[in-house]
Amino acid sequence: MMSVKVIIPTPLRVYAGKRDSAEFAAATVGEALGNLTKEFGELRKHLYTEEGKLRAFVNVYLNDEDIRYLAKENTPTKDGDTISIVPSIAGGSCQGVFAAR
Amino acid sequence: MATTLQAQTGAKPATSLSNEEILRYSRHLIMPEVGMEGQLKLKNAKVLLIGTGGLGAPLGLYLAAAGVGRLGLVDFDVVDFTNLQRQVTFGSSDVGKPKTAAASARLSNLNPDIQIETYETKLTSENALELFKDFDIIVDGTDNFPTRYLVNDACVLLGKPNVYGSIFRFEGQATVFGMPEGPCYRCLYPEPPPPGLVPSCAEGGVLGVLPGIVGSIQAMETIKLILGSGDNLIGRLLLFDALGMKFRELKLRKNPACPMCGEHRTIHKLIDYYEFCGVRGEEAPAPDVQVPEITPRELKTRLDRGDDLFILDVREPHEFQICNLNGHLIPLGELPRRVHELDSSREIIAHCRSGKRSAESVDFLRKAGFRKILNLKGGILAWSDEVDPSVPKY
Repeated sequence: MMSVKVIIPTPLRVYAGKRDSAEFAAATVGEALGNLTKEFGELRKHLYTEEGKLRAFVNVYLNDEDIRYLAKENTPTKDGDTISIVPSIAGGSCQGVFAAR
Repeated sequence: MATTLQAQTGAKPATSLSNEEILRYSRHLIMPEVGMEGQLKLKNAKVLLIGTGGLGAPLGLYLAAAGVGRLGLVDFDVVDFTNLQRQVTFGSSDVGKPKTAAASARLSNLNPDIQIETYETKLTSENALELFKDFDIIVDGTDNFPTRYLVNDACVLLGKPNVYGSIFRFEGQATVFGMPEGPCYRCLYPEPPPPGLVPSCAEGGVLGVLPGIVGSIQAMETIKLILGSGDNLIGRLLLFDALGMKFRELKLRKNPACPMCGEHRTIHKLIDYYEFCGVRGEEAPAPDVQVPEITPRELKTRLDRGDDLFILDVREPHEFQICNLNGHLIPLGELPRRVHELDSSREIIAHCRSGKRSAESVDFLRKAGFRKILNLKGGILAWSDEVDPSVPKY
């Protein structure tokens, strides 16, 4: 089994016990993410739809490549790889559409 | 002072610099990477800034300082006291003024030689193309998803580079979209997040200096595009983690199936971006959850009457330190784990800062079987406004 590091982006850290990264044994990207959501259950709905698909506004990278251009969740991982979760963020002056007023 | 430019038809590009300009920009001119040729490129450049807030502040300042000949500023907002924590073009005396006017005054003072146009208007599908067409580069310093998609699409349709930067709390992203050979925003994010799924900045806060850094990176990229020098961020997503003080980079590929910029594009005109992002109505989004409410005045009346009410505060501990209603603190994220601390036979009033998180908590608890629970409408902010002004607002 390969040990891969998953980097958790700021907006999702609150659902991952404030961790900014976590390491898992995994042979594919999908397995690593599965282990991530098993450990941090609340992350699941932010990363996956009810049908179990990765949400379209969340991008996943293996090292510096978008997994959409690799083998998606079946992309094999090796020891020491880094998986980055990159959600869309929109803040700029921070009085956004969703700001509580 | 601010100059609002009339249509500059037939304006010829500048071919020389005055002695004063040569002195002003001497530190540029003595670098072979810029020189007279580069400075003239800057003088003839036309850059439009969408948003004059946290990102727009360093953008405007550095592009004006660099001598970008024509700067457009688009923002419909007024300066708010809470902006001063990060929007460094403004001063205390600007609170209440339109941001474009205040920014224009500051930038004109920094560099009276450049032309500054202000557009105190909301960017919409109706005005974007017309507004963008006379500028060379568009810089996206906005703060919401519908506008980001709008800026992207307008830039792709017009073939203009879109220098993108965004921030959240202490993380930032920067890249350049919109170049014909490069990706666009939709290549990276084909769909926006549904409202409420990604925390907003007002809920999340932001380290004031963060947009200063990311906006400066955007200014740098804009200047490099104008000069045609260095390696720009086309096809590269720069990620910045301020707390870890780390920069990382990911590859951004142009998506061949992108509906906006791909080989078989299906989007040929601007759409309704609010609808696309699932936001109904004007700026105020429809409340995500409809729950039974109590107003601050009603709550005050009932408390004074001696009613037995349990106040549940679903904010974070550091917010409780700022001000509180002596409630029982269970942060929203911990509620599922700590629901046993609540007695469903008692009447519970849930509150947060503005009423949004507490509405979610009431929804959650009702689904968990709690029947006697109300949301404090408007949160502790409304309590301060309507009942007790000594409670600080934040």
